[in-house]
Amino acid sequence: MAIIKTEDLTYVYGENTPFRKVAVDNVNLEIESGEMVGLIGHTGSGKSTLIQHFNGLLKPNSGSVYIDGEKLWDDKAKLRPIRFKVGLVFQYPEYQLFEETCYKDIAFGPKNMGLDNAEIDRRIKEVAKMVGIGSDILDKSPFELSGGQKRRVAIAGVMAMEPQVLILDEPASGLDPKGRDQILGLIKEYHQQKKNTVILVSHSMEDIAKHTTKILVMNKAKLFCYDDTVKVFHRAAELEEMGLAVPQITRVFNRLRAMGIGFDDDVYTTKYAGELMLRLLSKRK
Amino acid sequence: MIKDITIGQYFPGKSPVHRLDARLKILLTIAFIVMLFIADDIKGLCVGIGFTFITFLISRIPLKMMWKSIKPIFIIIIITALLNLFFVHTGTPYFEWKFIKITDKGVETAVFMVVRIICLIVGTSLLTYTTSPIDLTDAIERLLSPLKKIKVPVHELAMMMTIALRFIPTLLEETDKITCAQKARGADMETGSLFKRAKALIPILIPLFVSSFRHAEELALAMECRCYHGGEGRTRMKQLRFKLIDLWGTLYLTCFFAGVIVINHFCK
Repeated sequence: MAIIKTEDLTYVYGENTPFRKVAVDNVNLEIESGEMVGLIGHTGSGKSTLIQHFNGLLKPNSGSVYIDGEKLWDDKAKLRPIRFKVGLVFQYPEYQLFEETCYKDIAFGPKNMGLDNAEIDRRIKEVAKMVGIGSDILDKSPFELSGGQKRRVAIAGVMAMEPQVLILDEPASGLDPKGRDQILGLIKEYHQQKKNTVILVSHSMEDIAKHTTKILVMNKAKLFCYDDTVKVFHRAAELEEMGLAVPQITRVFNRLRAMGIGFDDDVYTTKYAGELMLRLLSKRK
Repeated sequence: MIKDITIGQYFPGKSPVHRLDARLKILLTIAFIVMLFIADDIKGLCVGIGFTFITFLISRIPLKMMWKSIKPIFIIIIITALLNLFFVHTGTPYFEWKFIKITDKGVETAVFMVVRIICLIVGTSLLTYTTSPIDLTDAIERLLSPLKKIKVPVHELAMMMTIALRFIPTLLEETDKITCAQKARGADMETGSLFKRAKALIPILIPLFVSSFRHAEELALAMECRCYHGGEGRTRMKQLRFKLIDLWGTLYLTCFFAGVIVINHFCK
């Protein structure tokens, strides 16, 4: 069964004002459990608005959202449990840290779930290990840490709720290349270990190509497509038309194909490109 | 959402009231307040009502804004009316019962005070409706500049006001974002006792404080990079100059002011 399902989901900002803007337009979508989904779209295409519907932060103007078969907004009291099921990490999550120590801050979510102290402690230890923050950092104030460390603590705070779906809005933005790889690496590891659904919003096609199994493309408030990563990047021309791109390496190989140096497969990671090149070279020999 | 609240009540426009020099507008508003307090009977006050109403029409601000500016102080108006009604005991009584005594003078004072307060609020709110916050602080700085002689940091105060106004929407947006982020972590702000709800604000207030400090630091750095060093020797891109319309504006108020004085002296 689909873990996230939307039916004719529509959301409008500033209804009945001159600034009326449709942010999400009639989106129908089914995301299966256990996928690692990339969400791409031009700035202002409605990505952030869409993901805020998945855990009931925004109420759709029309249409409905189902999480694990349960319809949202039928009963307002049921919204809180939904937020523990669908963990949402906002952009620049480090700005939401507030506790005296990192330990306490990571505990905020699990505490709100009403877990007992032993369970909270177990979860904190587990996620701290997963995101790579040592016990010395756990006792420090989050305001003493570096940007990358803060970001990891903030992500750990959501992971500690052990949500069935983890949504991350540009978790790597504003970090240096090393920090980027670390964050994305730990998210992938989390996905593989827990077998949970992960939705990753990103502007970097390389990151999306490297880490996701499926891609959801938003264009001008509408759902453009939701398909396997390979199939989506196959539609390079359409993506470019809406101001998006395909990974650089895919562009290189598409041009090569246009020049008659044939590769039948679509190439969208450098790793795969390397393998192809090696195969080609060994054939020539 | 918090974003929908309109802050700064400025209504952009091109009416004569909008085009008046902001400095003059402040002075005229003060004169208008004085006029309302000089008027000591209903007839004089009618001139004040007339002025308020006509100026409102000239400014082309939607009339429903009149009501909107009175709404927040509605309770104060009612209390003023009741106090005057029950505690002015001069004149002929209409009604007497135990310690309650309502007289014709009491009713008159109550109506008079209410009308005066309403005129005062509606008239002065016209100043903020028709002047952009930036112009307003500029004008305040200019008007207070003589105080520099006695070492009042007028420029710094005006700059602080401008910056504060500028950051209201930014901070509102930030509050919104942080609230969403904490809600996503299961923060419960809608249920529970008052104490519990106040405590639930901590996860929002602390990040908000931290980010205000961050904004302040960044802004200070940016200002320093552009060689800002306080008010001395600073010139302006938009010079305030008195124009013909300002003369008309002054004349317009003077007529009403004179009217009030005439009524006070001759129509007793």
